[in-house]
Amino acid sequence: MNFSLFCSALVVPCRFSNTLATKLVERHRKSKLASHTREEAETKDTTVLTAPRDYKFVYPEFLPDPTWWKRDRIREKLEREDMMRRRSVIEIPEFYVGTVMAVESSDKYAPGKKNRFVGICIQRGGHGLRAGFTLRNVIDGQGVEVQYDLYNPTIIRLEVLKLEKRLDDELLYLRDAPQEYSTVPFDMEPVVLPPGIAVPINTMKVKLGPRPWHERWERQELKGVEDLGLPERFYKRAAEVAKPWQKHDLMRDYRLAINEDETEEIMTDVYGKMQGIETQQKLRRRQGPGPAK
Amino acid sequence: MALLCRATVLQTQTHLCTNAIVPLRNFSVSSPLQQIIKLSRLQVVDNSAIGRAAAISGRPAKCIHVYNKKGVGTLGDKILVAIKGQKKKAYIVGVKQKQKPFVPRFDSNNIVLVEESGMPTGTRIRVPIPSMLRGKEGDFTKILSIATKFI
Repeated sequence: MNFSLFCSALVVPCRFSNTLATKLVERHRKSKLASHTREEAETKDTTVLTAPRDYKFVYPEFLPDPTWWKRDRIREKLEREDMMRRRSVIEIPEFYVGTVMAVESSDKYAPGKKNRFVGICIQRGGHGLRAGFTLRNVIDGQGVEVQYDLYNPTIIRLEVLKLEKRLDDELLYLRDAPQEYSTVPFDMEPVVLPPGIAVPINTMKVKLGPRPWHERWERQELKGVEDLGLPERFYKRAAEVAKPWQKHDLMRDYRLAINEDETEEIMTDVYGKMQGIETQQKLRRRQGPGPAK
Repeated sequence: MALLCRATVLQTQTHLCTNAIVPLRNFSVSSPLQQIIKLSRLQVVDNSAIGRAAAISGRPAKCIHVYNKKGVGTLGDKILVAIKGQKKKAYIVGVKQKQKPFVPRFDSNNIVLVEESGMPTGTRIRVPIPSMLRGKEGDFTKILSIATKFI
């Protein structure tokens, strides 16, 4: 759709437009309902819990899609409640790209009605209930990737086998790397980290195989890849099409991320609810595994 | 989920036969969408002699017809391939294209050769095959009986 047409049309509801009519704002200010909400917010502030600073990295899927015309505060709040309801049933552990994970999901064709897949997380993304991740492994010399929805009710168990971060946000280049970089044994024992320790960062550099590749890796600023060893013309062209000014574009950052105030508001909400869920989970762990459902 | 919407890049499928003679061409022979269509090269994953010979010769099986109305093969579809100067029927048991959540995506397009009667040419499948194919009925159950691993 033509974007300028979309905005200029008078039928756009105020939720989708980035300007509000003065009349509308004034009416809202004078309304009794508005004054009521302001009072409530003021009283609430005194008892509020503040979430730890790293919460938005631990639970990134709680932050909504920053695309402004897709936002709907009520839907976001309802989704967050649904996510919490799912988290009270199943333990969704902290994980990052580079973490080795095991997923047990129900599979109506398997003999035990269960399917287990182990792999290294190469991608994580999505917002709200549609958040997901991709696991990669090499089985019998064949590279396999499975994409999972984090909040899909068919997931029975999510297990972190080795909690670690890597140098990049996505490890899609493992597709072009030798197989040993993405091979994880299915019977891997979980690696237990000492409590209170920061998540370790694996600084391994991957040596990619020869071209052809899935993407032009020399044009991306990858930190976890060894020197690509390409002829000079590739780097020359990469420099030509690079956009080095983008990292200074504050407006772009603002558009592509949820702003700080709103992040804090959302994460405080999440933090309050997660406290209750975590105590429940601790109790359940102490009681031991219940009968299989 | 918009997790994997990234631009796919033109890419040749010559790496299917890494230990074989790689044909030198300066143009791409596969589409960016990684679809299985006519003239796509495919990897035979059963232990049939003809499949192995094709991989060693550097000319992997080539799809010459897809038996569905779309003309694009996906998991479980039957296709006709040209392999070592012969025409053979085959079933697709693994694809490279992006899949839905919970369906595995493989690093190569895998096929299992079958005879005209529907019996598999090989006796074993060397790689894992998607669990969702177990829901297939008819001749496909013969393929499932020679599979070693499901994921």
